[in-house]
Amino acid sequence: MSAASGPTPGFDRQGELGDEARVDAAMKSFVREFGVTAALHVESCVRCGQCAEACHFYRATGDAKYTPIRKLEPFRRAYFREAGPFAPIVRALNLVRKPTIGELEQWQELLFDSCTMCGRCTLVCPMGIDIAELVKEARHGMFKAGLVPERLALMDRAARQWGSTATPGEDLPDILAEVSAEHGVPIPCDLPSADILVTAAPAELDAHTKSLADAARILNRIGARWTMHREGFDASNIGFNNGDLALQERLTRALIDTAVKIGAKTLLLPECGHAYGAARWEAARWYGDALPVRIIHMTEFLDELISSGRIRVNRIGATATFHDPCQIVRRGGLEAAARRVLAALGFELIELQDHGLTGYCCGGGGGVVSNQRAAPLRYKVFDLKKGQVEATGAEHFVTSCGQCRITLEAGARNAGWDKSPESLLELVADNLAD
Amino acid sequence: MDLLEFARGPALVFALAVFVLGTLWRLIGILRLPRLRDRSPAREGAASPAAGALHAIVRGMWPRRAFAATTHFATFNGYAFHVGLALVFFGYAPHIAFVRRLTGLSWPALPDAVMYVAAGVTIASLLVALVWRLTDPVRRTISNADDLISWTVTFLPLLTGMAATAEPSAAILARNQVVYATPLALHLLSAELLLIWFPFGKLMHAVLFAFSRGATGVRFSHRGVEA
Repeated sequence: MSAASGPTPGFDRQGELGDEARVDAAMKSFVREFGVTAALHVESCVRCGQCAEACHFYRATGDAKYTPIRKLEPFRRAYFREAGPFAPIVRALNLVRKPTIGELEQWQELLFDSCTMCGRCTLVCPMGIDIAELVKEARHGMFKAGLVPERLALMDRAARQWGSTATPGEDLPDILAEVSAEHGVPIPCDLPSADILVTAAPAELDAHTKSLADAARILNRIGARWTMHREGFDASNIGFNNGDLALQERLTRALIDTAVKIGAKTLLLPECGHAYGAARWEAARWYGDALPVRIIHMTEFLDELISSGRIRVNRIGATATFHDPCQIVRRGGLEAAARRVLAALGFELIELQDHGLTGYCCGGGGGVVSNQRAAPLRYKVFDLKKGQVEATGAEHFVTSCGQCRITLEAGARNAGWDKSPESLLELVADNLAD
Repeated sequence: MDLLEFARGPALVFALAVFVLGTLWRLIGILRLPRLRDRSPAREGAASPAAGALHAIVRGMWPRRAFAATTHFATFNGYAFHVGLALVFFGYAPHIAFVRRLTGLSWPALPDAVMYVAAGVTIASLLVALVWRLTDPVRRTISNADDLISWTVTFLPLLTGMAATAEPSAAILARNQVVYATPLALHLLSAELLLIWFPFGKLMHAVLFAFSRGATGVRFSHRGVEA
């Protein structure tokens, strides 16, 4: 493959490893990722390039370096050199070059700044290659090599120390007391026993406290025995996005262990896409066949409450369009649940041109929203969504992921756009029927 | 041993051996890798893994509506090539006679006129694919040597096949001896080159596509993603 076009991207380094040691650490990790599925996917590519047109970063910039399959080039080379069926021949004849430190640094931008692991490319691929999953696996090697964007590394260090990127656990009771007082809703914390362990995304302890208060309002309305807990409260799982497997496991275990400790049967995840990906589909990786708790996303929870009649909502009677969060819909299978909730709220849904499974990502998934240096690229991507939302003419713009909301709010601010995404959870809470 | 005897004898045996053993080696080499079982609870009502895999294999035959506008060229050209190649290989009477000599299997041939059109379409689609790969920035940036080698070993049998087709297939098959021995030998050798390269490059997608699509189908069906 040819060198990347455009200006040399920025990159960051963590730790004191020498160049050779970084490359070796990345290669070792890359190779460890290759189970049969990853291998089949790397082996099957015919380099047709159709994935480019599915990627919002390519569509927004027209730069071929953002072609999704190209983002995996160092990962691909590691496979063919070290793990593929012809690896000894490939190595002996140097048919595939080992990635250099310069290439790994260059690919940092492609793996972290310009991929949200949204999986739209997976759907367009005629070979069915799950590029999003491969990018996630490639990030493990980049983390081992100390080659992740510094902003994400900073959050990683915070989470390793605090168990959350937002706050140390011991501060949680005070924060919840403030949110409780501000919004006038009781939020139980650290109860020794509960049926539901409720978790949050970092933004819900800061800019989106209304979401947390609204979740509390609904849980109190149904008379649930629930609590938040300082030992396991942040579901966003920065380890999942950063490629830090040890942290991902630790954060996941904190949630499950806390749920088990208080006897909870349900672990309720916030409106957060990657929290769903990390907990719903990957928690069992460390717990074996039978997870001791049911892990459920807020959207599923609302859908079940409304469908079962445990809560009733007033009909708003307006038009709305819906942004499908990738990890919840395209990679999570919850396309219908949000639409049932919107219908219960009496919205006339006007779908975006690209919606459901093939909806465009907000541009901030996979940690890109937290990666400050990616902001200019994110803003270009935002224009795609803005155009599609405007085309619907809908009165409300709704989504069910807090990270998507933060990304879209930032994009709207930057573009001077007066539309702000609304939380599905907040709409339900604001329209609870007596 | 003349060139044709070489092409029909040791070269063919060698090419078939490399093709079969190489394909098995690569496939087994992939499938022997660790199978990382998904231990998460499946979505309630999820299709079985087999149904998910089958759905993905079939669904991958045509693009989704959202991608139709951006992929219609690649889809059309891809279908033109694959259908054309299948018609030429399986429908041309001398090819069927060749397979019958090797395996005893045979089936009705298609008219020569259909073959000429199919071969023309196949060659044209290959040329278009090459030009696209060399000129389009996306294809250029993701291409490597395998793309050019695979293109060449696919194109050569078509080219040499056209060169060896100087008269109607009925006339060719009615004779007991080969008149155009050198063109036929070159055609056979070029097809053998394709067989030899098959296990090592992207031509292997002819086998791997089902496994690759199926693996994603299993993942999606487990999650309740109705893709």
